[in-house]
Amino acid sequence: MNLPEYSRKMRQVEVLGINLLRLITLLTAVPVIGIIVFILIRGLPAISWEFLTQMPRDGMRAGGILPAIIGTVYLTLGTAIFSVPLGVAAGIYLAEYASDNATTRLIRIAIINLAGIPSVVYGLFGLGLFVLFLRLGTSILAASLTLSIMTLPVIISTTEEALRSVPNAFRVVSTSLGGTRWQTTWRITLPQAMPGVITGIILGLERAAGETAPILFTGAAFFLPRLPASPMDATMALPYHIFVISTSVPGMPLQIQYGTVLVLLVFVLGMNLLATLIRNRARARRQW
Amino acid sequence: MQSKISVQNLSLTYSDGVESLHEINVEVIANAVNVFFGPAGGGKSSLLRAFNRLNDLADVRHLSGEIWFNGKNILEPDTDVIELRRKIGMVFSRPVPLPLTLWENVAYGLLLMGEKRKNRLDEAVEKALRLAALWDEVKDRLNDPASAISGGQQQRLCLARVLALEPEVILLDEPTSALDPVSTAKIEYSLLELKEQYTIVLVPHNVQQAARVADYAAFFLQGRLVEYGIGKQLFVSPKVKETEDYVTGRFG
Repeated sequence: MNLPEYSRKMRQVEVLGINLLRLITLLTAVPVIGIIVFILIRGLPAISWEFLTQMPRDGMRAGGILPAIIGTVYLTLGTAIFSVPLGVAAGIYLAEYASDNATTRLIRIAIINLAGIPSVVYGLFGLGLFVLFLRLGTSILAASLTLSIMTLPVIISTTEEALRSVPNAFRVVSTSLGGTRWQTTWRITLPQAMPGVITGIILGLERAAGETAPILFTGAAFFLPRLPASPMDATMALPYHIFVISTSVPGMPLQIQYGTVLVLLVFVLGMNLLATLIRNRARARRQW
Repeated sequence: MQSKISVQNLSLTYSDGVESLHEINVEVIANAVNVFFGPAGGGKSSLLRAFNRLNDLADVRHLSGEIWFNGKNILEPDTDVIELRRKIGMVFSRPVPLPLTLWENVAYGLLLMGEKRKNRLDEAVEKALRLAALWDEVKDRLNDPASAISGGQQQRLCLARVLALEPEVILLDEPTSALDPVSTAKIEYSLLELKEQYTIVLVPHNVQQAARVADYAAFFLQGRLVEYGIGKQLFVSPKVKETEDYVTGRFG
């Protein structure tokens, strides 16, 4: 085989390979797009002002899903209240203060493993610790705390990562000008890392908003005739409501099911979009 | 001539073993340009970073000896390093403007000290920028991001940032290595003016610069102080063979 022929063959293999990879990549996007389009088509007809702002009627077979929407908003906010301060604080400690020793390595491994625990285990843990042992009952508070534990590893590791990506030269300069570690973090490093931190927070909360298992035993209600009035009340929530109306209510109109799924999808994807926008804006503005 | 910093038997080793200092004895003379020069890896930067205890951030395995400044051995653990760094400022080889405005960069050290009075800060910022010969170029754009000015201006901004704290000693670690000749000349000229008021320690980025500005010079080679003396003498008639070889360009 002479050289020109060989290189022609190589070029053919190259082109074939690239196109194959292109096709496979395209295929991975198909399920996501498929799901979104399908849910949009089936769910959009159900969406109306009434659907979003009314209580359910006729054993949830008619009316709106307001209590589930409000419940998911409460749970997401409740999760944020606990997981954001703790997670960001831990991330700052790990990135800026902790020295690289056996203890911090153990902490990092624990955090990584925390992220790998199945969500139903969080649910049972929350039931044991918050609902029963701490006597919080099935409540927004107990469910938020459970979701917080699940969200923490995401927030901690993205915060740490975002801080580590800030150039070390800034820390050295700030220190050389008489800055303490805390002043340097507060005035320079953390503001520079903020877009990354916020992205992590949103992605963590987004996961919490869509979870069913952790709230199943800790705060979610099958049906409530009124909106929750305090953090100690149980609440309806979108993911669990979808489970309920898909499995436990005979004669449930399909349209309501699709409509509810669409609302949850918009809620979660909306948060995702927000995170992406913040990240892109920050990247465009960054000076380093 | 009065000694400002006195280094006695200083030895230092980093954990990675890249650079180290062996039994250094040297004086930094007040109100003069003290030049520490020599080939890369000779320990000049390490010595500078020992003066303001910036080595605390690095992985130092071994540190012994004494550095006397204002009647105190600053290597003692009870040294107030924050106070020390305000008195011994540092300019780095690459200009690193903090990701803040020009004004905030110059005022940074004072802001960290808790100074909140706007008029005091404004005065200090103007004074420092004038000293660094940058005021006229940036006075109308103090609220712009510091990254918007040129590299040479950025380095003078870094100098102004140090001057705003009114330090006693200014350490400059190859401050012109990333700059063009015109910007380099401006920095060098500033140093000659500043030494009236401040004590300057400069690691030059080449021998020519060392010879141009040195009042006192110390030649470092592989972590050892080879020769130390009055600048003019050391560059014209070095006593040690290695110094002569380096100064005349036979190696380095």
